[in-house]
Formats: sequence, structure tokens, C-alpha cells
Amino acid sequence: MPGSQATHSQTVAVHGEAHNPALLHHFAEPQQQRDAASLGMWIFLATEVMFFGGLFCAYLIYRLKYFAEFSAASKTLALSLGATNTAVLICSSLTVVLAVYAAQHARRSMLLGNLILTIILGFVFLGIKAVEYNEKFEKHHVPGPSFQFSEVNVPGHPGQYANPSHAQIFFALYFVMTGLHALHMIIGIGIFVWLLVMAWKGRFTPEYNTPVEMGGLYWHFVDIVWIYLFPLLYLIDRHP
Amino acid sequence: MSEHSSSPLKTYVTIWLTLLAGTALTVYASTVDLGHFNAAVALTIASCKALLVALFFMHIRGASEKLVKLVVIATVFFLLILLALSMADYATRAWS
Repeated sequence: MPGSQATHSQTVAVHGEAHNPALLHHFAEPQQQRDAASLGMWIFLATEVMFFGGLFCAYLIYRLKYFAEFSAASKTLALSLGATNTAVLICSSLTVVLAVYAAQHARRSMLLGNLILTIILGFVFLGIKAVEYNEKFEKHHVPGPSFQFSEVNVPGHPGQYANPSHAQIFFALYFVMTGLHALHMIIGIGIFVWLLVMAWKGRFTPEYNTPVEMGGLYWHFVDIVWIYLFPLLYLIDRHP
Repeated sequence: MSEHSSSPLKTYVTIWLTLLAGTALTVYASTVDLGHFNAAVALTIASCKALLVALFFMHIRGASEKLVKLVVIATVFFLLILLALSMADYATRAWS
């Protein structure tokens, strides 16, 4: 296979057709370049899955250990804001996939519009997250010297109070997991601003749109992380 | 690349609506007392949503390269090793 591709690239070079500026010289053809980028992106996402996986594992272990406090602490989160943010991210995943489609079919205004919508939805997510964080600061639910979680009843056990130091572990995990997720969102918005600039300059064509596709993979991955964070942090201990 | 679907746009909108419906369903399910099954139901719905995003929005379904599919399967496999073996350890420590 590599041999035949080398021959192919030589043929192309001989015929003077290798003028695609997006094709780097160490790749035989655009398809090979795209496949290499795709494989690299997926391997990067695999490392990201293991990175978040360690935090999910820590969350599950501490939830097993301090079940009552995790349940009490989980109920203090704003369910409506969390659910809204889930919907916002799902909508942004749609605009991303539409942007990839537009880039592949040379539909400029559709591409630019969906990239802008994605960036706006990203900021909406971060804004709602900021409102939630602000509420946590006001209620002194942020781990640290000013942390307060006194006389909160354990769900299902009237008269029994949650241990504040155990509840603090829940909020520590909450802030680390959602904070790292928010950091990924900020990086994602940065990537999409760059994609928007490139799209504005007309760099993406049906033959070359790999950056849009790879940026899209990253965005969808961040969406999937939230799809798991939302039920784990907000939902599973909420039932009466 | 993949020409099997006549209108991918229609598929994208269908998946989007399904994901929104899944979100509504999981929020509703959290208010019903299912005992220990609340967590199982929520995580099952989340996994279905994640699968839809991966298959249709990340185009694993139409991916031409088997290598990408191998990377995805290996990722899920190692994540499950991490979670399942750790939980098996901590969940059985009290047995002695």
C-alpha cells in the first residue's frame, strides 16, 4: 500500500497536478492526510477519556463511601440550570455537525452562521455555569476555610445531619470536574473562533475541510463528557 | 464520504430531537423514586445519548477507517477496566 501511494504521488508530481496548497508534502494524497489527522484526533480523545475517567472513578468511589452526604449535597445543585446547559450543549452539537456539513458542501453562509452559533452557545453555557458557581460561592458551598454545610438533613433519614467534611468532598469533585469541563469549553470556543476566521478567509473547500471536522470531534467529545456529568452530579441522588 | 444516506441533514435533526427528548426523559426519571435503579436508569439514558452523538455526530457509523473504530473500542474497553475493577475493589472491601 505505501508503495503504491508513493508511485501515485510521483505520477501526480510528474503531471504537475500537485498544486493543492493544503496538501503537505509528506502526504501522498488529501485523503491520506485527512485520515492521519482523524486517527491522531481520535487517539488524543482516547487520552482525554482516560483523563476524565480517573475523575469519574474518584467520584464513584467517594459516592459509594459517603452516599448520604453525596445525596444531600447533590440536591443543592440547581437542576433547572443544569438541564438547560445540557440542552444548550446538545444544540451546539447540532450546529457543529451542520457546520461540518456546510464546509463539505461549500455552503459559505451556512458554515459561517453555524460556527457563530456554536461560539454563542458555548458562551451561553459558560454564562449559566458562572451563575451556578456564583450561587455556590454565596451559599459557602465552595471547599475551603469558609465552607459551610451545617445542619443539612440526610435525605430519607429525618433528624440525621450530613457530615460537612464528607459533603465537602462532593463539592471538591463537583468543582474539579465541571471546572475542567468548562476549561475544555473555553479551549473549544478558542478553536471555533480560529475556524471562523479561517472560514471567513475562504480556506475551507469540499476538498479541504479537515480542521472543521477535527474541531467538531473535539466539541462533540466535550458534549459527551457533560452528558455523563449532568446525571452523575445533578440527577442520580435527587429522587425523594 | 458516505453516500448511503440521501439526506444527512434530516438525520442530524432527528438525532438532535432524540437527544433533547432523552434529556427531558432523564430529568423526569430522576424525580421518580426507583430506589437503587435511579442511577442505573440515568446512566443508561446518558450512555444512549453518548452513543448517538458518537455514531451520528462524530460519524463513527460512516467512518471509512477501521483503525478509528479500533481506537474507539479500545478506549471504551480500557475505561471500563478502570471503572469496573476499581469499583469491584471498593464495593467488596467491607465484606471481609
